[in-house]
Amino acid sequence: MRRVVITGQGTINALGQDVPATLEAMREGRCGIGPLELRDVERLSVRIGGQVKGYDPEALFNRQQISLYDRFTQFTMIAARQALDEAGLTFAGDLAARSGVVLGTAGGGVNTWDENYRSVYEEGKNRVHPFVVPKLMNNAAASHVSMEWNLKGPSFSVATACASSNHAMGLAFQLIRGGGAEVMVTGGSEAMLSFGGVKAWEGLRVMSKDACRPFSANRNGMVQGEGAAVFVFEEREHAMARGATILAEVVGFAMTSDAADIVMPSQQGAARAITGALRDARLAPSEIGYINAHGTGTAANDKVECAAVAHAFGHHADALMISSTKSMHGHLIGGTGAVELLACIMALRDGVIAPTIGYEEPDPECALDVVPNVAREAKVDAVLSNAFAFGGLNAVLVLRKAP
Amino acid sequence: MAESVSEKVIAIIAEQAVLEPSDVSLDSTLEDLGIDSLGLVESIFAIEEAFDIQVPFNANEPDAGDFDISSVASIVREVERLISAQSSQTST
Repeated sequence: MRRVVITGQGTINALGQDVPATLEAMREGRCGIGPLELRDVERLSVRIGGQVKGYDPEALFNRQQISLYDRFTQFTMIAARQALDEAGLTFAGDLAARSGVVLGTAGGGVNTWDENYRSVYEEGKNRVHPFVVPKLMNNAAASHVSMEWNLKGPSFSVATACASSNHAMGLAFQLIRGGGAEVMVTGGSEAMLSFGGVKAWEGLRVMSKDACRPFSANRNGMVQGEGAAVFVFEEREHAMARGATILAEVVGFAMTSDAADIVMPSQQGAARAITGALRDARLAPSEIGYINAHGTGTAANDKVECAAVAHAFGHHADALMISSTKSMHGHLIGGTGAVELLACIMALRDGVIAPTIGYEEPDPECALDVVPNVAREAKVDAVLSNAFAFGGLNAVLVLRKAP
Repeated sequence: MAESVSEKVIAIIAEQAVLEPSDVSLDSTLEDLGIDSLGLVESIFAIEEAFDIQVPFNANEPDAGDFDISSVASIVREVERLISAQSSQTST
């Protein structure tokens, strides 16, 4: 059977503007969440987020690119360049035709919507920039990656709220494994920290005003983040034939839907996704050493996720480690699974488990080893990454140490 | 005749519960009325809009104590308290 390996990774998020900086922050348990800097922030009741700061798009992109790249596309291009540079691939001829890009984003060009609504509704203008539509569309980032790197195979975007990236990466994995592609650029991006983007989340009353404390008894909600992570998934023989460095192997994926509630998670739906991913990977539950949790820091998610893990893993649930790095980079919504995959790869490659920071009080309903506050050295051979979206759409990936 | 605070609150809760206002008594709990966590968030939004007040409510800790939702009567009391506290401030 065709196998799938990861040969490149890139990111920009609140913890760092590349992979080494992000992993260093995760190792140190550093928090990237802070006061939001955005227009009309004083009209928000939630004023914190995992925002990318010290970022100057003018220094990275030319005028024409900026007129076409929403912030979520900019983040994608930055992460994709790092990943493709690391993979050392160029695409021409048959390889170009057999390679594509599938990226997750929940909101797409949220800043572009926001700015142009302001312009026509608030400022009363009757004319907008000609590129508003190509800039805001959800597939803009995937398309620009395909154009920049000459990827001519299957390319599309996936929007499943907070599971978008995991669904995207799972589909990229299946495409390669099933013979539909040789190389897939995959991951996700989100740039929802605009006035409208935060205001919408505020309405739901699930946001914390002070910190994201997953699994901690005193948790009081989620904190939004922004950024992107992009990976190069490659057919294993292809990667080995060219002597590429293999970061990890993708071995399993499963998706389920709760078919129950538009916002409340389901233990059964989550557990079925976990069990399905293990079966797809042909791994026993006892072989999993670490889970990167969905771990949003809401009352509902964390207890349902812990119950699902306990159910899916049985006794082994007490032996494995599970942490939520959202405590550090915030919840990147459609981009979150991608940034979290970096922590999974770090666990496999470097033997460092990223912590759940902000952990203050044990919660009997989340009685697992959540790697509280301090990163841990541990040798793990296989890991899981959970994503459970609003709408009851669940997507779980399984990675194994590079063969 | 202007509606009282309690009449308005009862009307909002009754609409959420799909009941007649006459079926909602002051000692009912939201649970008695079949209002779940989403229904509660919607009711609080409707109360904020109706009275032009800010209700301190986080769905992650509904019993946190800033706003007592243990019964219809407690919600009415809390709304009256917020109206008098917030009417003295300038609205933004």
